[in-house]
Amino acid sequence: MEVFLNQLFVGLSIASILLLVALGLTFTFGQMNVINMAHGEFIMAGAYTTYVLQTALGTGLITLSFGLALPAAFIVAGTMGLILEFTVIRRLYGRPLDTLLVTWGVGLMLQQLARDLFGAQNVNVDAPTLLDGGVDVAGVSLSYPRLFIIGVVVLVVIAIAAYMQRTPAGRRMRAVMQNRPLASVSGVRTTRVDRTTFFIGSGLAGLAGVGITLLGPVGPTLGLNYIIDAFLVVIVGGLGQLRGAILAALALGMANSFIEYNTTASIAKAGVFLLIVLFLQWRPQGMIVQQRRGLA
Amino acid sequence: MLRSLAKLLPASAPKPSAFLVRFALMAVTLLLIAPAVLSDFRLSLLAKFLCFAIIAVGIGLAWGQGGLLVLGQGLFFGLGGYCMGMHMKIVDAGPGNLPDILSYSGKYDSLPALWKPFSSAWFAVPMAILLPMAIAALLGAAIFRQRIRGAYFAILSQALAGAFVIVIVGNLSLTGGTNGLTNFQHFFGLSVIDAGDQRILYFIVATVLLVVFLATRALVLGRYGRLLIAARDDEDRVRFLGYDPARVKLVAYVLAAGMAGLAGALFVPVVGIISPALLGIVPSIEMVIWVALGGRTALAWAAAGAVIVNWAKTSISEQFPSTWLYLQGLLFVVVILFLPKGVAGAVEHLRRLVPRVPLPGGMRMPERKAAVAAARESPPAAAPKVNAAGPPKEVA
Amino acid sequence: MRRLGTTRWVIAGLAVAAMTVAGCGSSDSASSGGGSSASKASAEPGVSGDKIKVGILHSLSGTMAISEVSVRDAELLAIEEINKAGGVLGKKLVPVVEDGASDWPTFAEKAQKLISTDKVAATFGGWTSASRKAMLPVFERNKALLYYPVQYEGLEASPYIFYTGATTNQQIIPGLEYLKNDLKVKKLFLVGSDYVFPRTANKEIKAWAKANGMQIVGEEYAPLGNTEYATTINKIKDAKPDAVFQTINGDSNVAFWKQFTDAGLNAKKLPVISVSTAEDEVRGVGIKNIVGQYVAWNYYQTTPGAKNEAFVKAYKAKYGADRVTDDPIEAGYVGVHLWAKAAEKAGSTNVDKVKAASKGLTFDAPEGLVTVDGENQHIHKTARIGKLQPNGLIDEVGGSGKPIKPDPYLKSYPWAKGL
Repeated sequence: MEVFLNQLFVGLSIASILLLVALGLTFTFGQMNVINMAHGEFIMAGAYTTYVLQTALGTGLITLSFGLALPAAFIVAGTMGLILEFTVIRRLYGRPLDTLLVTWGVGLMLQQLARDLFGAQNVNVDAPTLLDGGVDVAGVSLSYPRLFIIGVVVLVVIAIAAYMQRTPAGRRMRAVMQNRPLASVSGVRTTRVDRTTFFIGSGLAGLAGVGITLLGPVGPTLGLNYIIDAFLVVIVGGLGQLRGAILAALALGMANSFIEYNTTASIAKAGVFLLIVLFLQWRPQGMIVQQRRGLA
Repeated sequence: MLRSLAKLLPASAPKPSAFLVRFALMAVTLLLIAPAVLSDFRLSLLAKFLCFAIIAVGIGLAWGQGGLLVLGQGLFFGLGGYCMGMHMKIVDAGPGNLPDILSYSGKYDSLPALWKPFSSAWFAVPMAILLPMAIAALLGAAIFRQRIRGAYFAILSQALAGAFVIVIVGNLSLTGGTNGLTNFQHFFGLSVIDAGDQRILYFIVATVLLVVFLATRALVLGRYGRLLIAARDDEDRVRFLGYDPARVKLVAYVLAAGMAGLAGALFVPVVGIISPALLGIVPSIEMVIWVALGGRTALAWAAAGAVIVNWAKTSISEQFPSTWLYLQGLLFVVVILFLPKGVAGAVEHLRRLVPRVPLPGGMRMPERKAAVAAARESPPAAAPKVNAAGPPKEVA
Repeated sequence: MRRLGTTRWVIAGLAVAAMTVAGCGSSDSASSGGGSSASKASAEPGVSGDKIKVGILHSLSGTMAISEVSVRDAELLAIEEINKAGGVLGKKLVPVVEDGASDWPTFAEKAQKLISTDKVAATFGGWTSASRKAMLPVFERNKALLYYPVQYEGLEASPYIFYTGATTNQQIIPGLEYLKNDLKVKKLFLVGSDYVFPRTANKEIKAWAKANGMQIVGEEYAPLGNTEYATTINKIKDAKPDAVFQTINGDSNVAFWKQFTDAGLNAKKLPVISVSTAEDEVRGVGIKNIVGQYVAWNYYQTTPGAKNEAFVKAYKAKYGADRVTDDPIEAGYVGVHLWAKAAEKAGSTNVDKVKAASKGLTFDAPEGLVTVDGENQHIHKTARIGKLQPNGLIDEVGGSGKPIKPDPYLKSYPWAKGL
């Protein structure tokens, strides 16, 4: 029972990380059908933002710098996304596979840029002392950084849902996603919506980067560790589906946790890949299917 | 739309002579000039690049003609490579002896079941090509039947390449793990170590590339090629005409996988190593990049792309190691944005400006027309259209 | 259409056949002319005028750049020092730096390029076992020299490679002995990355444990680059070991230590000894996640001695005060000096002469006096067990106290029979 609960928490934690890195993609990939391979590098940018703030403010103010890093990383990565959208992506709408190749190139350049700016070695980002350690509840050890990430994800999901459902901007975004020409003729400025969508999607990657500094390495190739997993979450969840992404992240996280506990990390990783392939045989559209008007 | 579709199809078979001249030029360059002017080291590098060019021809077929963005070719390349690698290891060890890779772990006293059949060249060599094809067939049959959309297909094939790497790395005692298989001595009586034999290997690779290229080109120009392009551009219409587009695409995918496997099998004796580092997600994307740079719709240029990119990578990274990554990234961006048809498109453009300058490469008139038409009618990559189609299920 | 196609096929086929025949004809003449020269080592490789070229081959891009860039820096520092002191044989060393790009075939390709195009006198490079295994046939085939600077899994002794890092009996076994004698460990858990070094190391550890009455209560591997260690750490907790032997490499190291701390573990509750976390990696891990834990190496930045003080000072002066030195960095530095000394002694850069001159060669290295073993071209090194200090440096707390003879095949250990 203890083992089960412990692994349940691990699964939940993996799911929250997967969801965090994938949330941004539900916007750029899900809503705009842009396969942004530089998403991983935006995550990296968020992580480095945390590092820069921490070095700038000194070791005495780690908690403050970490708190500041959350909005700062959102803005930094969001702005990078905006620049990418403006210079490259908008020339490629309707050619999703080409966006994949272009953004892969952009990602390569960003990796090398990080290497030149911060060195090839991993840099150290200290977690705020508030998040040191964890608590044991009924034999289950809950570590604070993992709880923190779960908390962040829950908040972000609520914020996104509220934005999409309650605000005019969110409604415009949904309208463009469901039927671009119709939204356009109804007076929605689609280019501006696209830009906002891309800003938010990329900004969320930056946010993920801040969270990841708590658990993993911060280095130039950080993005590569997460990018494919993030896309798989979106694909399994169903394009552009917040609910789908949540379900998919949970499923993949739990599968990973329990398979790994009973076998090895390698088998778990390969096994999850295989499960995904099989699942998509059964439900090629993913877990949740968007009802769309129009043929495409 | 229909008009453009019609334009895409070759109206009649082209005059063979113009192509033959170009092909002869290509063959002379590869088989006579290159061996004469290049040093042993550069020639064996070229041999490696020509292996990559074989993969590129396959990608040119599947992606350029069929619109399938095959992002997991590393998987098939690796399968071919490991089939050949296992065979060469067994032969090097000599009858009755265990290859060094297997003896490290101390687990095996005799050849394990996975290795055993590969002692026979009659098994290993066909398997290097057939195994990738069989896996592609299984995978493709399922994927295309379900009409999994382009992006899904791309990411899925990446995930599979990734999973394959993990499996190989995880079975260290059987596969050599991350180290892969290395330190080969012989390839069918040729010594992999000897410079002279390396030259012979070069000729084998170059000849295989030329043959593969010719065969693929013949296929593309034939009835099947037309169907494939049609399936790329309008899957529904093909279905209404009574063909099964899933099957049409499957053939291209399976053939591309076979070529990647063949390339892997040749790569092992040429380079002397096969390791998971060559098969993962990143190398798989790079393979597509070669083709994008060369020109996805022209087979000869796709192959040339593999050679150009790798040659540039080697020589630029020799001079300025860190610059290469910037340059590589920049190249992707510039080419995809402004030269969606790659170098082929640029050359084509120049040719139009200066009509009478003869240029090497395998682009023929109808292809040129098709290129022009495609560029005019729809944004160059016609691929997304297929992928975005997601037609109603009732149409079987 | 079909008939025309056939005609074309015939023509094309004939063309190919003609080309092939012509090509093969030329191949014979070409290979008999210049073919064999590449495989023959030149008498005085690398020497041109008043310069000697040497190769440096590390990953400057890709995942391994994290570790290898620092080693390249140390090797360049050594070359600079040698040149300042008058060079080798009165000639200046000119480094030719190549990027292995964390890709093993690239290592093989660049090694070949350094040997046959640049004609370097010796090459310093590699980090992962995979890169070494990829380069090994190239150096053996060309009869050229490689100096490999990283501790590794043993079971190898190529006549053309000098191993300036530790083999297992100079690092892992002293580490195990420290666990047994000083920490009184009875139950040990093994965690590693999934590749050849951890797998081989753990095989040896298990054989040692069997002979020494230590119980192995678990063994876990995760793919290289894995960043999720929660489950592994849960398994460790369940198995309740006295200590953990850690052979995780690269990026994963950071994830392991961060998550180890998050799980409420620390050096007091569960000591971990690592053979792949050095000062350079600690910078990325964050000292508070690893303070008090143990490592086993042959050199630390804090190793006493005037030679080391000078080395650390020179390294920091050249590359920045925030940089640290560690075992592989030092081994890279030592490799260059060992080669220079051997070439000086041999009076030539000739590979056979350098090899002969290297037998029993000693060098006053930052880690202390090292001796090249004449038999297996490894280095006699002192094993040092270190403990992580709050300032990010490592203090020596135990070890062999004197250089240990390298024994890559563990022939002198009865328990290692049958490995």
